Amino acid sequence: MSDDELEKLRAALKVAPATDTDRRAEAIALAMKNFDRMQEAGQGSADPARHNQDRLTGAGFLNGVREMLNRLTSRPVLGLTTSAAALLIGFGVIYPLVKSPTGVPVAIEAEAPVKPAPAEPAPVAEPVAPDPAPSPPAADADRVLSDAPEAATSYLVAPAPKAMERQRALGAPAPLAATRSEGAAPMGVVADTAMPEMDALSGMPEENTETFANAAPNPVKVTAEEPVSTFSIDVDTASYGVIRQSLTMGSLPPPEAVRVEEVVNYFPYGYPAPGAEDAPFRSTVTVMPTPWNAGTRLVHVALQGRLPAIEDRPPLNLVFLIDTSGSMEDPAKLPLLKQSFALLVNQLRPEDEVAIVAYAGSAGTVLEPTPARDAGRILAALDNLAAGGSTAGAEGLELAYRVAEGMAGDGEVSRVILATDGDFNVGVSDPEGLTAYVGKKRDAGTYLSVLGFGRGNLDDATMQALAQNGNGQAAYIDTAQEARKVLVDQLTGALFPIADDVKIQVEWNPAEVAEYRLIGYETRALAREDFNNDRVDAGEIGAGHSVTAIYEITAPGSAALRNDPLRYGTAEPPLATSDELGFLRLRYKAPGESESRLIETPILPGTDEAGTEARFAVAMAGFGQLLRGSVYLGDWGWDQAIELALSARGDDPFGYRIEAVNLMRMAKALDAR
Amino acid sequence: MLMDTPDETLAQSAANGDRDAFAVLVGRHYDRVRGLAWRLTGNAAEADDLAQDVCAALPAKLRGWRGEARFSTWLYRVVVNAAHDLRRRKATRARAAEGWGDWEIARQEAMAEDRAAQDWLMAAMARLSPELRDTVALVLGEDMTQAEAAAVLGLSEGTIAWRMSEVKKRLRALAAEEVK
Repeated sequence: MSDDELEKLRAALKVAPATDTDRRAEAIALAMKNFDRMQEAGQGSADPARHNQDRLTGAGFLNGVREMLNRLTSRPVLGLTTSAAALLIGFGVIYPLVKSPTGVPVAIEAEAPVKPAPAEPAPVAEPVAPDPAPSPPAADADRVLSDAPEAATSYLVAPAPKAMERQRALGAPAPLAATRSEGAAPMGVVADTAMPEMDALSGMPEENTETFANAAPNPVKVTAEEPVSTFSIDVDTASYGVIRQSLTMGSLPPPEAVRVEEVVNYFPYGYPAPGAEDAPFRSTVTVMPTPWNAGTRLVHVALQGRLPAIEDRPPLNLVFLIDTSGSMEDPAKLPLLKQSFALLVNQLRPEDEVAIVAYAGSAGTVLEPTPARDAGRILAALDNLAAGGSTAGAEGLELAYRVAEGMAGDGEVSRVILATDGDFNVGVSDPEGLTAYVGKKRDAGTYLSVLGFGRGNLDDATMQALAQNGNGQAAYIDTAQEARKVLVDQLTGALFPIADDVKIQVEWNPAEVAEYRLIGYETRALAREDFNNDRVDAGEIGAGHSVTAIYEITAPGSAALRNDPLRYGTAEPPLATSDELGFLRLRYKAPGESESRLIETPILPGTDEAGTEARFAVAMAGFGQLLRGSVYLGDWGWDQAIELALSARGDDPFGYRIEAVNLMRMAKALDAR
Repeated sequence: MLMDTPDETLAQSAANGDRDAFAVLVGRHYDRVRGLAWRLTGNAAEADDLAQDVCAALPAKLRGWRGEARFSTWLYRVVVNAAHDLRRRKATRARAAEGWGDWEIARQEAMAEDRAAQDWLMAAMARLSPELRDTVALVLGEDMTQAEAAAVLGLSEGTIAWRMSEVKKRLRALAAEEVK
């Protein structure tokens, strides 16, 4: 083979399209403008401690510039006449736009001239345009993710083992760089260890290898225009883990790391449990006044999964797929991981089986399937894991699934538990196919859960995508206590599914509800028709899990309405046919079945006092929204959220709730800075 | 005088607030930035936006300038990172048009006549993973040595060498298909 092809590529790459002189002048003018502003602002205004927070109140100059940049990049969104391709580019960054102080996309600053995208390459992108209107801000990142996203694929082109090892070695931060980054932003912001000198002070487009899956907060919807709201349940808790870790380290988490529903669903709730004869879970709807808005009400939808007695559960086959690459050699990673799995092993029943597969750019079975009664052998194998080792081959995930399939017996549940610090180069050679592969294995009966360890390199988006496709849970583990919660207290739930593909659809009654807003679940939105389509994947409920969804609704004629009636719309007021607020539909599949079952319940304007469980869930929804900088909370702030959470502490046997209150106190202090 | 001053000196002066030095620096490098942006994204409009973003961020970025690397190497890193950022934002929020991949779709719409060479380039690039594209953009597009590209990407030379051999493999496969 000659290098002809390379030369051909080289030649082709030389012919860059001609530079547009206007664009060139514009860009340079902008650079000069920013340079001048930077000088005026003085060197002291860059407050690295606020580096990671882009709320606009009192934002320093850097935040201003970043905001401006964000708007610049979203310019195509504003120029509604631009091509579909330009709109798509805009989609990626619509989030900061929506977060502008007034909640309305504002006119761009003078140095960002609004110009339609240059037409020269004329990309014909119509076939991929999901929806040319910018109004639903890409709320279906969830489904998008399952299409093997770039984030997932970029890590999956498995480099040759040797090259990768070297890459890892390079990735270890030099001591100097580490110190500097700590000073600048305590929360591992400077994760792109290869180029620390750029990150320490820059403060703008933040370099960080952490990626978070999120979408713009759900907007208020007008019932008359869009009466139906559909989404998949979410039992992941990774977002809460990241929030806690950030706050504990003394900085507010990046708003895009906050998925409100995961904050709410992190906590175990004692919702009414289903009877023995009923569906595997029971739904309870509570209507209550909104703490942050006197003119609206909250509709709290709770699903409680049945908790079979531990003795009744089928035997578990677990394959621990453990990342032992060099980067795992950190007290918060491999050692914590060993500790976590040891906790889990001690909770298993004698007939459960455990196997361990380790990968470090290469994969190998560390422990053949071993019954849990032989806990000593399992623990010894765990203990012997060391970071940095490498053997031949790079087939971690495939090997783990193969082992799991070999263990499967009748009526048994097989699950691969992937533990990693973020690089999912787990060796499926076709990167595009990874999520599809995980989905296929799920259909064949082997589930996948993902546990994230350590910060800085965490690929949250990929974790989400993998766990969602594998019908598993994505959890982020930062402390031994968290390991206990995920792996021990919720052992049966996390590992033993009782309902798959659980979808929720609410149809609001326009006579009673003029506007509504789903709090959180941005990444879980489904299209209306997906509800009845059993081929569309959704979240699973594990044994004993509870799931909470909260809507904020506004009655017709309320002073709290945010949208004026349409001038040319249907003027007819909807007929008051009943006092139902809406109608709740749930679909789920029993594990192993392919046809879904439907549960329907009307939502009635109950007069019952909301219980502590519902009120605590609402406090957590407030917590999440405060962290995201929600525009819907009005004056309601940290003090009110803390008070509400404290008043609804309930039993709190494991102390999770009081921990949350303490985190809120910490966030309050950080937010006040 | 400023026209002959080395990049590194200009960068240092600019970091210290010298407006003229900064102006020279930006003027000198805009085309390179935009060229690399095009090689990384495969789309002229996106390259313009990316170059503009880089320009806008440059004053703040320069504060981090330590003179530890050559200015051009440092600048390439800024561009590569900005491109990664863009990719990542698009990947996690929406399956948006990605230049080279975007073209895969456009290809079916039939392309202009005189663009055969461009077509081949697109086909070749679309076949590579983002990592390989980055590497190709630097090594082939910018004529960097493997060591220079490694410095920009923060990888070892071995990784670059491996990636280039991977690129060859893919191109070979493409050539084989063309023969058919």
